[in-house]
Amino acid sequence: MTSQVEPAAPDSGTGHQPGQAAGEPPETPEQPGHKAVQRLERVIIRFAGDSGDGMQLTGDRFTSETASFGNDLSTLPNFPAEIRAPAGTLPGVSSFQLHFADHDILTPGDRPDVLVAMNPAALKANVGDLPPGAEIIVNTDEFTSRAMAKVGYDASPLEDGSLESFRVHPVPLTTLTVEALKEFGLSRKDAGRSKNMFALGLLSWMYSRPTQGTEDFLRTKFAKRPQIAQANIAAFRAGWNFGETTEDFATSYQVAPAASAFPPGTYRNISGNLALSYGLITASQQADLPLFLGSYPITPASDILHELSRHKNFGVRTFQAEDEIAAIGAALGAAFGGSLGVTTTSGPGVALKSETIGLAVTLELPLLVVDIQRGGPSTGLPTKTEQADLLQAMFGRNGEAPVPVVAAATPAGCFDAALEAVRIALVHRTPVFLLSDGYLANGSEPWRIPEVADLPDLRVQFATAPNHTLDDGTEVFWPYKRDERTLARPWAVPGTPGLEHRIGGIEKQDGSGNISYDPANHDHMVRTRQAKIDRIAVPDVAVDDPGAAARTLVLGWGSTYGPITAAVRRIRRAGGHIAQAHLRHLNPFPANLGQVLKAYDRVIVPEMNLGQLAALLRARYLVDIHSLTQVTGLPFKAEQLASAIKEASDAH
Amino acid sequence: MPTEALTLVPRAESRQSAKDFKSDQEVRWCPGCGDYAVLAAVQGFMPELGLARENIVFLSGIGCSSRFPYYMNTYGMHSIHGRAPAIATGLAASRRDLSVWVVTGDGDALSIGGNHLIHALRRNVNLKILLFNNRIYGLTKGQYSPTSEAGKITKSTPMGSLDSPFNPVSLALGAEASFVARTIDSDRKHLTEVLRAAAAHPGTALVEIYQNCNIFNDGAFEALKDRRQAQEAVIRLEHGRPIRFGLPWAEEDGGDGLGSQGVVRDPATGDLKVIDLAEAGGAEGVLVHDAHAASPTNAFALSRLADPDTLHRTPIGVFRDIRRPVYDDLMADQLERAVESQGKGDLAALLAGNDTWTVRG
Repeated sequence: MTSQVEPAAPDSGTGHQPGQAAGEPPETPEQPGHKAVQRLERVIIRFAGDSGDGMQLTGDRFTSETASFGNDLSTLPNFPAEIRAPAGTLPGVSSFQLHFADHDILTPGDRPDVLVAMNPAALKANVGDLPPGAEIIVNTDEFTSRAMAKVGYDASPLEDGSLESFRVHPVPLTTLTVEALKEFGLSRKDAGRSKNMFALGLLSWMYSRPTQGTEDFLRTKFAKRPQIAQANIAAFRAGWNFGETTEDFATSYQVAPAASAFPPGTYRNISGNLALSYGLITASQQADLPLFLGSYPITPASDILHELSRHKNFGVRTFQAEDEIAAIGAALGAAFGGSLGVTTTSGPGVALKSETIGLAVTLELPLLVVDIQRGGPSTGLPTKTEQADLLQAMFGRNGEAPVPVVAAATPAGCFDAALEAVRIALVHRTPVFLLSDGYLANGSEPWRIPEVADLPDLRVQFATAPNHTLDDGTEVFWPYKRDERTLARPWAVPGTPGLEHRIGGIEKQDGSGNISYDPANHDHMVRTRQAKIDRIAVPDVAVDDPGAAARTLVLGWGSTYGPITAAVRRIRRAGGHIAQAHLRHLNPFPANLGQVLKAYDRVIVPEMNLGQLAALLRARYLVDIHSLTQVTGLPFKAEQLASAIKEASDAH
Repeated sequence: MPTEALTLVPRAESRQSAKDFKSDQEVRWCPGCGDYAVLAAVQGFMPELGLARENIVFLSGIGCSSRFPYYMNTYGMHSIHGRAPAIATGLAASRRDLSVWVVTGDGDALSIGGNHLIHALRRNVNLKILLFNNRIYGLTKGQYSPTSEAGKITKSTPMGSLDSPFNPVSLALGAEASFVARTIDSDRKHLTEVLRAAAAHPGTALVEIYQNCNIFNDGAFEALKDRRQAQEAVIRLEHGRPIRFGLPWAEEDGGDGLGSQGVVRDPATGDLKVIDLAEAGGAEGVLVHDAHAASPTNAFALSRLADPDTLHRTPIGVFRDIRRPVYDDLMADQLERAVESQGKGDLAALLAGNDTWTVRG
């Protein structure tokens, strides 16, 4: 059974909105000269503008201040593949959504409580996602008849009543910014560029965000152009002051730190790609092996190449190859030489690397292949998210070429997932797939910084001496003489005397590694390579089933963890019983997975593909899976997913 | 023979012989294949380098010649079609203590792996690439290759091939190669001399080896091998020597006993051309070969003298041998500089970053 997740009706919002005080009663100190301050549990803000309006930067800064304030948060950058799409058009709209709360949250939120729309296109592209009562801050300077006509507004939406279910704040952001910067002697165009900082200042006032971090950031970013730094800071402060003084904004809000949501520790905000990069450097340090990254730029994986390139003082070698094939080839060559070989890419790159992954399978060398999945097929949706490379990772090679697959579930979780993938590669001498996706890569959340002393020891033993005695008593090195427990072969690196050996893509005799076309040996080798992967010890999958009352299990993998967990919470809050489990290991599956699946009457698997995990589970365990799918290039929305899960659960 | 290119590679503790470089594997090329001669020459030459055998690696792609690593008693990898230069780049760039050799063929290097070849050359990774050119696909049983002469009749081109061939030396020079040479499988002395020069070169060295496939393209280089024809067909390039070839210009004819043909610059076109020295009345103006010239112009012009169909007037020897920064050294240098400027990586500091907050229990 497969069903598609339908968008929910627009009026079924249940999120807390500004104005709807949640938790404690609002504090409204009505002192003269002070505005009302209202407490909220959580807020979802979306900044939207042209690709060139600096919305991602604005969102990043707001996130940073929110993180340092101690809220739990989750972000969703959403931008077009074009670097500067035609100005003022719908395809050119870039947005950044941030959900922050005084408690632990799992997703960037379904529907924004506040939309900042820098132009008519940004309004038009985003207004459909807003629940009634949402606040909209619009830059009225951009609402010219030409700009409105460009996106199909016959009349001004600010005047025709179409926004009457929202609370609209018309603000001439550009004019106010230019006015604030008049002492800087900038052209109107240049001064107007700082309007995103004005908007940031206004929102920072509205939500009582700290400001010092942003001012420091601007000083550092524009250290070489102090005038630009000062202008941006002035715009930022002007935005703040505008909020405080203008009567249009009667209330500001407070969202308390989410202290109880976090275990004690030191935290920072981190995106998936940054966490993954740190995971790779950490793995290299813990394995005491130099890191070699072979990569070819591709969205949304390039940031890992950029990040690792900044850390050469950790002995990290980054190689920007001529193509995807050379990128993995160089990583494999480095692995042959005793480095921790890594290649980072997205789906189209994986397709090109397939043959080399197959070579790594038969060479039985450690190698990490990181796939930051995006919408496919072909070029697809480069900047949007999808989980449709699972079967490619599992099977996308010629011959029987099993590869372990590990999938990260959250942005911060990319760190641990990288360590785990490297552990498997090193211990089992195999290429390993690490799957992330565009949502995890660019999304961010708080991360408890681990103590270095608590990190796993990943050190490996290279072969140093002959491992086999021939009939005539000669001591020799056999490159394919295996560890009895893991079936891994020895890793003998060039430079080790006496262990000179040749390996290659042709089938080889088990043990000696010499070329062999013997039918029985090939059968043995194919089965041995499979057995080696099957034997990898992975932790049992944990099931969250409070009271053990559920008859339905929701099982996910990868970045759907946040939306699924949020949806399950909604169902439970409404009195429903539902069990939840999430897979980090896709190959091999946890040993208890079969039992877990059979323990429930219904198993629902939500995925951002057309049912790839569901297909694997059905084939492997002969369990009927209800597959819930969505391929919009965006993550599931918790509310829609909750409805779909409930419907699927009730339908049986 | 310690050279600048190999200063980081450990030396052998004792004298080596060709036998030390023969693996225990049975050589499985067709009887009479030119690859045997190259293998023997390489095994015979290796002891001269005096390197620790365990620090030598032979990597290859796919094709007849790519079986080469199995027969060398060193570290080796027989990889996949066309990708050996990429794999070798990762190995050489991360292990400067290794002497890394790539064995490839005309299909492997110039067809499926053309991209990796040109990028290895431009980067100047410390690799020695031996390109066995037999102008045919042997392992797949006789289709034309990217170096086959135009109009070649093969199984896949019964009416003749439509492609113009690559000239590998021209291609390598165009790809900014710092060392380019050509030699012939059957001329062991010349082959060894070229290998010696390649091994001594810091950076990527491309050695094109004309190699006879006696099954699918027998006699492809006969014009260059036949003693009588070769005098007219082969131009031996030697650094610092005038570029002369052909039958000797006899002293009784007023000559100097050296080749009667010479390579000169045509003042009208600026290109190189061959002249008969007796007709020209002397050897003045004959180009003196300069393999170390900063400009690749003459090397390229020399590579164009050969007739692509008949191979008439084929220069052999070292076309170009210049010094420029080696990729592996540059990469290592950046790592050292990063430590100097930022200090050795501190994992705890990296993970913490600059923007943290603390939750107390």
